[in-house]
Amino acid sequence: MQIPDLLSVVIFLPLAGAVLTMLARGDQAIRVIALVTMTATFVLSLFLWIGFSVEDAASLQFVSGGFSLISEAVDIKYLVGVDGISLLLVLLTTLLGPIVVLSSWNYITQHRKGYYSLLLILQTGMTGVFCAFDVVLFYIFFELTLIPMYFLIGIWGGEERIYAAVKFVLYTMAGSLLMLVAILYLGHVAGQAVNGGVFTADYAKLLEFNVPISTQAWLFVLFALAFAIKVPMFPFHTWLPDAHVQAPTGGSVILAGVLLKMGTYGLVRFCLPFFPNAAADHAVLFGTLAVVGIIYGALVSRAQPDAKKLVAYSSVSHLGFVVLGIFAFTLTSLQGAMIQMVNHGLSTSALFLLVGMLYERRHTRAMADYGGIARSVPLLTFFMVLTVLASAGLPGLNGFVGEFLILAGSFGSSTPAMAVLTAIATTGVILAAVYLLWMLSRMFFGPVRREENRVMPDLNRRELATVVPLVVLMILMGVVPQPFLARSEPATARLLELIDEKQAAAPAVPTPVSPKKRPTSPEPLPEGAQPLEAKAAIPGYKAQPVRAIKHSFVLQMQDPR
Amino acid sequence: MDISGAYDSILYDIAGGFSLLVLLLAGIVCIVWDIFENDEPVLPFVAAMACVVGIVWEVRNLDAGSSTVFYDSIRAYGLASYINITILLSALATVILSVPYLKRIKHGYGEVYALIVFATAGAVMMGTANSLVTVFVGLETMSISLYILAGLVRRDEGGIESALKYFLLGAFSTGFFLYGIALLYGATGTMYLPEMASGFIERGELTLLFWAGIALFFVGFLFKVSAVPFHMWTPDVYQGAPTPLTGYMSTASKAAAFAALVLVLYYGLAPMPVAAWQTALAVVALVTMVLGNLLALVQNNAKRMLAYSSIAHAGYVLVALTAGTSQGYAGAVYYLLIYSLMNIGAFGVMALLEWDDKEGRLQTIDSLAGIGFRKPLLGVAMGVFMFSLIGFPPFGGFFGKVAVFAPAIEAGYTWLAIAGVLASALSGYYYLRVLYVFWMRTEEQADPAVRARAFPVSFSSAAVVVTCALVLLVIGFIPYVRDLTQIYFDASVFATMP
Repeated sequence: MQIPDLLSVVIFLPLAGAVLTMLARGDQAIRVIALVTMTATFVLSLFLWIGFSVEDAASLQFVSGGFSLISEAVDIKYLVGVDGISLLLVLLTTLLGPIVVLSSWNYITQHRKGYYSLLLILQTGMTGVFCAFDVVLFYIFFELTLIPMYFLIGIWGGEERIYAAVKFVLYTMAGSLLMLVAILYLGHVAGQAVNGGVFTADYAKLLEFNVPISTQAWLFVLFALAFAIKVPMFPFHTWLPDAHVQAPTGGSVILAGVLLKMGTYGLVRFCLPFFPNAAADHAVLFGTLAVVGIIYGALVSRAQPDAKKLVAYSSVSHLGFVVLGIFAFTLTSLQGAMIQMVNHGLSTSALFLLVGMLYERRHTRAMADYGGIARSVPLLTFFMVLTVLASAGLPGLNGFVGEFLILAGSFGSSTPAMAVLTAIATTGVILAAVYLLWMLSRMFFGPVRREENRVMPDLNRRELATVVPLVVLMILMGVVPQPFLARSEPATARLLELIDEKQAAAPAVPTPVSPKKRPTSPEPLPEGAQPLEAKAAIPGYKAQPVRAIKHSFVLQMQDPR
Repeated sequence: MDISGAYDSILYDIAGGFSLLVLLLAGIVCIVWDIFENDEPVLPFVAAMACVVGIVWEVRNLDAGSSTVFYDSIRAYGLASYINITILLSALATVILSVPYLKRIKHGYGEVYALIVFATAGAVMMGTANSLVTVFVGLETMSISLYILAGLVRRDEGGIESALKYFLLGAFSTGFFLYGIALLYGATGTMYLPEMASGFIERGELTLLFWAGIALFFVGFLFKVSAVPFHMWTPDVYQGAPTPLTGYMSTASKAAAFAALVLVLYYGLAPMPVAAWQTALAVVALVTMVLGNLLALVQNNAKRMLAYSSIAHAGYVLVALTAGTSQGYAGAVYYLLIYSLMNIGAFGVMALLEWDDKEGRLQTIDSLAGIGFRKPLLGVAMGVFMFSLIGFPPFGGFFGKVAVFAPAIEAGYTWLAIAGVLASALSGYYYLRVLYVFWMRTEEQADPAVRARAFPVSFSSAAVVVTCALVLLVIGFIPYVRDLTQIYFDASVFATMP
């Protein structure tokens, strides 16, 4: 079954839902509209999975759009599509949508209209980020996610919510604004080289252009900084614990599940192929920071008295693995990074959901206030144990697949330093088990320390509906990871080939761009009185037609030699 | 000057200067009508209609070839229409916002609308000038009207301070400006911008007289657009003036001054090697962005904060002018349109949320805690304006920022663009502050006076604010608006001098 512009529908259906939510009256109607929209979006996105051609996973599929944004005179388009790298992340985003709505069902009691409409707008932004194949469009979606998140944290968050919300926005915005400068520069020089002098933001055209090595260095830094803040990599992680802890449960789930992936996705999608030489040069630096993040995040997690903070810091640790896998430049490690992004999205979302459920029951997140609750909430404990084990990387669950591939792949990296880093990173797996199991034992097992913990309602059907899909997927991806890996493999393999080709092809210094034409004889100056009829006949203005977009193109570049 | 063809060209001239003539006519009608029917409530309607007629007329001429009318003294069609629309939209919004506001503070005099219309006529004249004399006449017409409007509320010492400061410093800067014009005339022998350009090409040399003139000339302009270090008057004047009129000063009058600067740079000075003042403009742009944003960080009063923010935004426009390319000028003109929309909207919201009976001079941002949930429409609109002012997509401000920074990067001023985006990151803090006070604080934290007040919002004011917000939401995705600016400037005229 072919749905025209399926991807655009998946992206913008939540936005339409947001408008409906704003117009709706009554708390029940608002929640139902939000849930229905999110579920419908997820169901539609399943058609992406079904219709996705695994053989052509390296090429862009479900291409939609192609019309100009901003200006006809430059090559900036609305162009969306999915390939093997983005498919799973799009599905992760759409899956978490209905789950977040359900998890907020009773937790959010104030200003529901605002909450759900912001959630839906956020969904559009996040899906768009993973689908945009135009850098400026990517940037628009990337920034669009900040606005709803600012309000979600700031209005429905905890005690320190304003501080956390402002810090979150300022931190990430500073990084992405620098990236904007890099985008504008890159689009300009690439346009000079491969697009007839017209600014281009088209992903495929930017890939065609080999950025000179001297330019790569600083462009890479500007791009990577934005994504490193988003991931967040050590030492740019300080916004994360504040934002996660203060955000309402739904906000934390989205932050951990999807927003952080935008950083790692950006590294894979843009930093590696655009600036392959600079990326290789910085591989050890990024590997080191990733490993520092892994160990540091784990140690700090171990020291947290607050369960939500523990989960928050664990993200720093887990995403360190992803970054390590990305900068090892082997197929195995990159594949591991791809799957680990999804794994982290599933397991950390589940952890936040479960901690949030406990908070709803007891209104405390301090681990010391719990203890021995396995008897009162056996179902919740069951899912928690499973999730913790998945997160800690127990074989048979999804976390193992990702971490194993990353570590195995990074160890085999051609950079010798990577092997050492991998060895250190491996201890992070042990540390993860330490802090996660420690949390488990303190909160769920042992003697009941507080009387009020003796009787607590266990998971109801709504809560089950939020956790079960995640846990099922954790087991499924742990037992049969092949279908998931197969979908990204052609794309990651192609990416690595591309990096090799481009590394060889990149010129050392910029080739001098021919200076703008300067007429030797003085041109007649801009007119005296012209007749009124002279409409739009201004010399020098070249209306640049934007090239027609071929539907589904292969990201194949011509070998310059 | 040959005037034999005067009768033939008069109709053509009237068509070209139509919106200017309509404004002048409406101003006179307002004044005369006010004599017979004091403070007639129809007067604002006359003023608004003049703006609407002007806008409609100019929209029709947006893509017409640019030309000059009235013996080459003003430009018409094309670029001039674009600039006029920017100015007239701000004026229209100001008139509509002023009616309930001035009624509330009991200063709804008929003369106010005549003055707004005359100021707008001056702004239009200045923003479309083709000769230095027209620039000056427009500047004075606009400024004198604004001096009076700034001190409209005579019982309030803040308003008097505002008007007096504005007048004294404005008169002083006008002196510089006029002296600069005189020296430029001495150096080039003409007041007409295109003739200045062709004169340069013929002579091929620049005299000391010219440099002295251009320096003084720039000082006058930089004062009017409140660029650092000529910005000192801005916060005090903006804080003391009645709020909708502050909005007018920060949009229409600034847009007109920048437009005149663009016209002078492009039509008059483009053939000269632009590098001569690029460095100067770059430095001014840098300190304007940095200082404007830094000082805005520590403001507690919304109008003062917006005043410093408007200084910072002048810096962004200067970044585009620094580029000295057709793209840069196009970006500046585009930015002015978007900037006007978001600033008039922000001032509109602040005018509607005013409670201190001192034209908002004494009220802090914090006093309005939790107002967003009480006045969701204003709160959401303010969200749009603030995020747009920061430069967040999908709002217009983002596309404006791209339009001003991209030319600078293409012209080799990447460092300036980086400084610009870092300054905008800084600005995030104070714009976000307005929003967290509005939305994230509880109403209990608000000033008791705010809780006791109802803040009635008239339909017309709400319509203006909401329209601005909606336009900002979609304007970036309409390529036509951006592309128009690019056809007005011809890349081949630059630096044709040896």
